[in-house]
Amino acid sequence: MKILIIEDEADLSDVIQQSLEIENFLVETASDYNTALDKIISFSYDCILLDIMLPGGNGLDLLEELKNLDKSDNVIIISAKDSLDDKLKGLNLGADDYLTKPFHIAELTARVKSVLRRKSFQGKNLIEIGNLKLDPDERSLLINDQALLLNRKEFDILTYMIVNKNRLVNKTSLAEHVWGDHMDQADDYEFIYSQIKNLRKKLKDNHADVEIQAVYGIGYKLVQA
Amino acid sequence: MNLLNYTLKYLAIALFGIISVWAVIFYVNMLDEVYDSLDDGLDNFKILIIDKAHQDSTTLTKTEFAEGNYEIRPISKNNALKIKDVHKDTLMYMQFEEDLEPVRLLTTAFKIDDKYYELKVISSMVEEDDLIEDLFYSLIWLYVALLASILIVNNFLLKKVWQPFYNLLNKLQTFRLGKDHSIEPVKTNVKEFKVLNDSVISLVNHTLETYNSQKQFIENASHELQTPIAISINRLELLAEKSEMTEANLETIGQVIQTLERLTRLNKSLLLLSKIENRQFEETENISLNKIFFNLKEEFSDFAEYKGITISIYEKAQLSAIMQKDLAIILISNLMKNAIVHNHSNGALDIEIDQRYFIISNTGTESALDKDKIFKRFHKDSGDKNNTGLGLAIVKAIVDLYGLSIDYSFDGRHHVKVTL
Repeated sequence: MKILIIEDEADLSDVIQQSLEIENFLVETASDYNTALDKIISFSYDCILLDIMLPGGNGLDLLEELKNLDKSDNVIIISAKDSLDDKLKGLNLGADDYLTKPFHIAELTARVKSVLRRKSFQGKNLIEIGNLKLDPDERSLLINDQALLLNRKEFDILTYMIVNKNRLVNKTSLAEHVWGDHMDQADDYEFIYSQIKNLRKKLKDNHADVEIQAVYGIGYKLVQA
Repeated sequence: MNLLNYTLKYLAIALFGIISVWAVIFYVNMLDEVYDSLDDGLDNFKILIIDKAHQDSTTLTKTEFAEGNYEIRPISKNNALKIKDVHKDTLMYMQFEEDLEPVRLLTTAFKIDDKYYELKVISSMVEEDDLIEDLFYSLIWLYVALLASILIVNNFLLKKVWQPFYNLLNKLQTFRLGKDHSIEPVKTNVKEFKVLNDSVISLVNHTLETYNSQKQFIENASHELQTPIAISINRLELLAEKSEMTEANLETIGQVIQTLERLTRLNKSLLLLSKIENRQFEETENISLNKIFFNLKEEFSDFAEYKGITISIYEKAQLSAIMQKDLAIILISNLMKNAIVHNHSNGALDIEIDQRYFIISNTGTESALDKDKIFKRFHKDSGDKNNTGLGLAIVKAIVDLYGLSIDYSFDGRHHVKVTL
């Protein structure tokens, strides 16, 4: 899987690259408009992360170019501008997703994998790990082909942890992903622990091959047994 | 009081003064003229009577006014020489009026055949009290007529003359920074209005320029500050994933991440606050606050459960507001979050929604909070490190933006009432 990061901020580009490489993706970067244009014309990528503010040009123009090349469906816009205008423009030009900076790397990983899944399974969205089969669209979970009922939050937590398997997931990132943006300032997110506890118990009782481990002071990690 | 009627107020006072002074002068002048003409008449009469007396001596026997308007009395030479022509006002009984009425009296003396006579000639006078009364009523009518005509002129003619001014005023009133691009000049040929036009337009353009550069600055600040913090957090997370990490190191990394996250929240809140105060949330829609309360209750349910707090919503009526949706959610979620965070376990959070207001009540500290300070930036009552001290300042900024009112009260429980 080949991913292109179009981002002028070297630090951010580097962090994203390191993180995606841990996931075993092949990552290339472009730090300005012209380099990016060269790359998208010459090569083909499974997923493109596109910053809107670029030296030498506007990311939306690149998106226009991608649309002309019929390659815009796997673009995730990453922008510091929390602007509805840009978001609508971007999505109208065929971008798959829009992520406002700053974001958690785990969130980006989840979005990238979602784009890749849709691309490789012809729109069929299915995640398999060990004896688990998870369908994010149908919101269903099978363990050893037995359906297991999870509440909305348990399901969201499990999906998020699975797409970030073997990775450390910050509890802030988890809380924002599952509970939304209004939970900030809320007492170090200790309240998410009770949901995790319930989920762990359900997974264990149903002999799932995965386990959610706590990483002290930071967050959680899902590992395959 | 509008501009047109405002000038009328002063004109009314000024006209009253002018007409009063004018009335006095007019009255004195007119009376003077009347006396002058009466006295001329009497002098003329005098000459005619004396001429007649020279020709017809019976005239000299008319010693009573009676039906005529003169009387003649013989007097001594000494007295006669003392008499000079004197005009004076006096009273005389008038049978027609059955009362004493003012008359003008001319007293003079003349000599016929070495005999001296005194002659008194009278002429009836204007009645001063009647004159004053007539004058007074005429002037009142004049005054009323003047005011009425000014009112009419003001409302029809001046209104038309001032039309460009009112048009401009209207445009300024409806002008919203960040939404309108500029102000259209009004059509006018009046020099002052043209100057006003130009001044307003240049002021608006300057304000827009400042506003846009400020907006740009906020966006840049967001870009410049948030991303480095986020990168630091990301790098620490990547560091924590390295397998050689000891538990003690992980703990330290976790603490640094938490501190940085506090910084992120603080920065986010500050940006939000300045965006609200710069009126960057212009799009409004009609929003059901009841719906937002129920959604947020659901969102906060895990957090509330963890803290052992029961959230209850008492819906007395449907409450809706014309606001930007995100701001409505932030307003309510900040208040609810506050009520949960600053609560004790097994506490309560009650929400009352009525037609014009909602009240958020919660258990918590046993004493009242300082009403004047809680909505100020960075005011913190608790030592909670997760509290940015901006939550209620944001609430206040939203309340001010939409012209709502917010009140805090304490009666064992803390109540925050927002009235629409």
